[in-house]
Amino acid sequence: MIFERRAAMKTLLADRPNNLFVVPGLGSCTWDTFAAGDDDRNFYLWGAMGGAAMIGLGLALAKPNIRVAVVTGDGEMLMGMGSLATIAVQKPKNLSVVVFDNGHYGETGMQASHTQGGVDLVNVAKSCGFDRVLDVADDAGLQELAGLLGTYEGTLFARVPIVADDPPRALPEKDGVVIKDRVRRAAAAIG
Amino acid sequence: MNAPSDLEVKPWQDQLFEQLKGADIRQVCYVPDAGHARLIARCKADPNIRDIALTTEEEGIALAAGAWLGGQRSALLMQSSGVGNCINMLSLIRACRFPMLMLVTMRGEWEEFNPWQEPMGSIVEPALKLCETDVAKVTEPAQVVPAVQNAIQLAFGGDRAAAVLLSQRLIGRKVWVK
Repeated sequence: MIFERRAAMKTLLADRPNNLFVVPGLGSCTWDTFAAGDDDRNFYLWGAMGGAAMIGLGLALAKPNIRVAVVTGDGEMLMGMGSLATIAVQKPKNLSVVVFDNGHYGETGMQASHTQGGVDLVNVAKSCGFDRVLDVADDAGLQELAGLLGTYEGTLFARVPIVADDPPRALPEKDGVVIKDRVRRAAAAIG
Repeated sequence: MNAPSDLEVKPWQDQLFEQLKGADIRQVCYVPDAGHARLIARCKADPNIRDIALTTEEEGIALAAGAWLGGQRSALLMQSSGVGNCINMLSLIRACRFPMLMLVTMRGEWEEFNPWQEPMGSIVEPALKLCETDVAKVTEPAQVVPAVQNAIQLAFGGDRAAAVLLSQRLIGRKVWVK
C-alpha cells in the first residue's frame, strides 16, 4: 500500500500525546506537519538538509521525559545517513525516525532518489542497530506506528511509502528564531 | 626545536575540560583528533556529560541545535578538516540564532608533515568568519582559558557561533613514526 502523505501525517499525529515533539525534514515533510495542525512542539525546518535526525537526537538526549519523532523524506535521510549510525550507537529511549519514502526529490522536480535505485533504508537502520524497524504496509501498520511514536522505549525506525505527488504547499512560520523559541518553551514546560 | 607530541597530556587540556564543566556543557560531540584525545577521555569519564561520537562533523551542528531546544548546552570538538564539513549546516545556527560552541584543533600549519592538510587548514579562519562565527586563535597555553571563556560567553550569551582554534604549535607535532 502506498499512502497519501498528508493523510499519513494526519494519522501519525492525530492522537499526539502531550509530550511528543516533531522534527520534520525540510520541504514537504514540514508542509505536511503544518497541514496536520500548527503546534508549538513542531520544529519546522526550512533548510539544514541532512540534519533532521541529529536535531532529533540532541533534543531526545537533552529531554528524556519527552518523545521525539523525526519525520523526513528519503532524500533528506540519504544525505544524513551516517546519523542513523550515530543514533543507534547512542541508543536514546525516546527517539523515532520516520521516513516518508516516495523515491524522489519532490521539491526540485521529482528527480529519482537512491531509494528508487534499490537502497533500502529500513535495512540500513537495522544494520546500524536500531532496536525496532518497520516497513509500514497498510493502515493497521500506520496506526501501530502512530501509537509507537508515543510509547516505544528504544530506537525506532519506520519507512512509510508515499505517493510521489506534490500537494499544495502549506507554509508554517518561517522565522527561525520564532520557531526555535516556541519549541524551546514548549519543551521546558514539559519539565 | 621539536614541539612535544600531540598525544602528551598538557595542563591546558585539563583546564579546557574544567571550563566546559563550569559552563554546564552537557553534550560533547566529536569526530576524534589526537589534539582532543585528552578532552574526549575526560568527557567520557564524566557521568554528567554525554559524549557523542559522530560520523561527520556537520552532525554535531544539528545535534547542538536539538540539545539547545531541549535546554542543554553542547560543544563540538573537531579537527580543522572538519570545519569544511560543517559549512551548510551552520546556516541552521544563523537562521535560528542557536548558540554553537566549536573547539577546533588545527592541522596544516606548524610542523605539518602532510601537505593534504594545508588546503582546508589554511582557510578555516576565513571560512568560519564568512559563516558569522566568532573566531579566536590560540597559540600559547596561557591563552586557552580566556579564549574558551570568551567563546562560551559569546555563544550562550549572544546566541551565535563561536570557535576557538587550537593551533598546531600549541598542540604539538603529530606522532608520525611510532
